[in-house]
Amino acid sequence: MSANTLSFHWGKHHRAYVDNLNKQIVGTELEAKSLEDIVIQTYNDGDLLPPFNNAAQIWNHDFFWESMKPGGGGKPSGELLKLIERDFGSFEKLCEELRAAAATQFGSGWAWLAFNPRPSDGKELVVLKTPNAVNPLVLGYTALLTIDVWEHAYYLDYQNRRPDYISIFMEKLVSWDAVSAKLEVAKAQAA
Amino acid sequence: MEMHLPRRRLPYLLPHLLPSQLALPPRSLLPLCPQTRSIPIPPMALRAIASRKTLAALGSGLRAQARLATTAAAAAASRGLVTFSLPDLPYDYGALEPAVSAEIMQLHHQKHHQSYVTNYNKALEQLEDAVARDDAPAVVKLQSAIKFNGGGHINHSIFWKNLAPIHEGGGEPPKGSLGWAIDADFGSWEAFVQKMNAEGAALQGSGWVWLGLDKEFKKLVVETTANQDPLVTKGANLVPLIGIDVWEHAYYLQYKNAKPDYLKNIWKVIDWKYASEVYEKECR
Repeated sequence: MSANTLSFHWGKHHRAYVDNLNKQIVGTELEAKSLEDIVIQTYNDGDLLPPFNNAAQIWNHDFFWESMKPGGGGKPSGELLKLIERDFGSFEKLCEELRAAAATQFGSGWAWLAFNPRPSDGKELVVLKTPNAVNPLVLGYTALLTIDVWEHAYYLDYQNRRPDYISIFMEKLVSWDAVSAKLEVAKAQAA
Repeated sequence: MEMHLPRRRLPYLLPHLLPSQLALPPRSLLPLCPQTRSIPIPPMALRAIASRKTLAALGSGLRAQARLATTAAAAAASRGLVTFSLPDLPYDYGALEPAVSAEIMQLHHQKHHQSYVTNYNKALEQLEDAVARDDAPAVVKLQSAIKFNGGGHINHSIFWKNLAPIHEGGGEPPKGSLGWAIDADFGSWEAFVQKMNAEGAALQGSGWVWLGLDKEFKKLVVETTANQDPLVTKGANLVPLIGIDVWEHAYYLQYKNAKPDYLKNIWKVIDWKYASEVYEKECR
């Protein structure tokens, strides 16, 4: 992921969501709330209120930066790997599903690895894809990992080749340490 | 060569795409990708394709064309299936500069639009198979791929016709009945452009902003659609006249996050010949 992309993605897109949300909530009851509360409230059970897009995109991008690290990639270990193997069969199967979700999200959106605290089928780990600004938070899951598949996330570096971007993300950028840490928090909260 | 006969009529399953919206490319345009041939079957004849009698009649003509196509297209053609192809642009990739860069035009046409065409053909072939084996869940599951890729093909085919180099009339506001209608329905040309740009800028995610004609009420409307939804998904009576692609791929390499700048500049190459023709035909 080039410095050029990061400077636009973080410096322009993410910053614009922050600036615009701040403008939108001034003088409203949302001003005093936490970002997560604003996201859930403005999701409004799917009937999105105007601040939702900005609020959720701030949350999503915060999460995206945390999902990556320089020299990332490799394999997860410990508890995370155990759960992956239990719920997906193998690490390879998880990667396949994550890549497929990211590649087949039509239009703008995100692909996620998330923790389901109340799984009906016993599988606590799920792969999700969401459109535009929607995220697992509003769907009742705890996010563990995300990859941004809005075109602005990859167009400067990969143009239309979204699958190449996804591959590089999985091979060189993803921070399994961050995912493990988030899983610990998620399990503690669910207990 | 054995003909595979679907047990149901294909268009029965595509109610949301009107035949006129399927936008088969004009025969005068050569396909950009020579191996993907479009079979020049008029849209209404799609209804006839499923009938045994018509297939027999088309049989010999199809066999001849199939020999010229790639394996995939040949296989599809031999089963009486229409395949779509990428329409050629009536101008060079660099002809719309500086409003839209050559780099963007080439990627947009050769990669993005081509991929919609390829995947649309694939989805239609899978649909025909699912219909033939009476697999209703598979048929339903394919609808989103058909809407997305078919819509992508429809929308981009219109878009290329909405653009022209400045020396060929790009950028000139419409004259005649469409010009007057814009003044009547929006107050002024400036107000119309401002509305298009405001709606385009406000669109979250990927989509299109349209000038459409409501052919029932003979009124012009500005509408947006998400992703690759064609305008008809916003109303069966809506006919697209001008579409502006506001997916990031349409402008990012040149304008980056400054979508409003893209919208301001693209009017310099928006051409009204096609829109006027469609408008006059519908209002006759």
